[in-house]
Amino acid sequence: MVGDLATAEDAVQEACVSALIQWSAEGQPANPRAWLIGVARNKAIDRIRRDARRREKEAAALLEWGQRATAHAPDPVPDDELNLIFMCCHPALDPAARIALTLRSVCGLSTAEVAAVFVVPEQTMAKRLGRTRRKIRDAGIPFRTPGLEAFADRLDAVLRVVYLVFTQGHKASTGADLVRGELCDTAVRLARTLVVLLPGEPEVAGLLSLLLLTDARRAARIDAAGELVLLDDQDRHLWDQAMIKEGDHLLEQALRARRPGPYQLHAAIAACHSTAPHAAHTDWRQIALLYGELVRYEPNPVIEANRAIAVAMADGPAAGLVILDTLSHHPQLSRWPQLHIARADLLRRLGRNAHAQEAYRTALELNPSLPERTFIIRRIDQLKS
Amino acid sequence: MKYLFLLHSPDGPPLDQASVEYADLFAAYAEANAAMAEAGVLIDCGPLQAVSSATTVRVRDDRTILTDGPAAEIREQVGGYTLVECADLDEALKWAATVPAARTGWVDVRPVIATQAPS
Repeated sequence: MVGDLATAEDAVQEACVSALIQWSAEGQPANPRAWLIGVARNKAIDRIRRDARRREKEAAALLEWGQRATAHAPDPVPDDELNLIFMCCHPALDPAARIALTLRSVCGLSTAEVAAVFVVPEQTMAKRLGRTRRKIRDAGIPFRTPGLEAFADRLDAVLRVVYLVFTQGHKASTGADLVRGELCDTAVRLARTLVVLLPGEPEVAGLLSLLLLTDARRAARIDAAGELVLLDDQDRHLWDQAMIKEGDHLLEQALRARRPGPYQLHAAIAACHSTAPHAAHTDWRQIALLYGELVRYEPNPVIEANRAIAVAMADGPAAGLVILDTLSHHPQLSRWPQLHIARADLLRRLGRNAHAQEAYRTALELNPSLPERTFIIRRIDQLKS
Repeated sequence: MKYLFLLHSPDGPPLDQASVEYADLFAAYAEANAAMAEAGVLIDCGPLQAVSSATTVRVRDDRTILTDGPAAEIREQVGGYTLVECADLDEALKWAATVPAARTGWVDVRPVIATQAPS
């Protein structure tokens, strides 16, 4: 899930100090997983209690959503596109190669962009793509959507691809455009189709929920000058409330199946952000715990980096910095500008301005996107003055 | 297209042909092969003698050099093969999973190149 720190980048900056003070006194629940499920259940119960007619409203909303989803069914994805996705996500292919090829062939990313997603040099990616295409041709991998049984087997790879397409669109790794709306739209469209195809699968609903809750903030993420607006500074009136409502609702439905998974957890994290009326109301403690849960499903340093950021928000920059410092020695992550931006921000907040500038400069050397570059340079200037 | 299944079995001496295990394995292969034949995908199949019976042939400078045993770099034990004609990899993989060696060892599915005479 390499794209993920990008999604959480909003969390990095301009801390909500009030959240730090609010939460620093509290401990961590003994069993976070039970806690997650418990919270989701309690949340649902609370809502039902709060309003006697809530249940009816929910049923009506669900029905409406279901009808809308069904209405979408015939048109959203041409068969060929779905066939292509499943060909690219065939289990006979290496998992990383599946994602890379789908991004290239289905979503039309350039080889350089796919390479950025995987944090590898472009040439390496070009070779990997070539090898994968040859295997498809030589081994006779079919251009076909599998039947329902095989479909479930291939679900993980397909969901992962859709997720990565979205993160690539949500925050383009290279070039001038920070948000590539068409990639976000593609990912949402694909996720909707998958929900229609697999209505009983909570992870599919979790994925769509995640994308909606995140994409709802799109209009507020870039200002008139094309510059990145951090989560704290975003005009929350610009957030698409209909998308947030749909995403939140989908998540609640998914959690009721009590089969938690990484996409439901990601969606729960996105919901923490998108349903907070003000940045200061963000529940960083919950976010840190949710990332702690995610590590069980996706034991990788990217998730750990995200957890570090949330911990910094909940327990103060020093606590987060301990985690990020460990991660900055990771061979792949150390080439990731966002990691250094995050470190720089925590150092800045600790008043270690010289070290912060150094970390910002490291990030600059790693070819960040243009708006990120502008942001970093502005920050360095602020630190100098 | 054609696919060659290379059947890898666990190491060990060949089964005694009078044993119950041999009879069971024979029956399992017969069943799998019959299903492939009935579906019209089976071209040929067969078990291989132990690698100790192999002879390696090399021709160098027009001289044929024979060596006892398999080429040194082939360490794995291929115990048999199945040649099938399938529509695509999905069909081939489905049949490969029915071969008994897939349960005790593993099956490599190798697409066969469709050759044609140079024009």
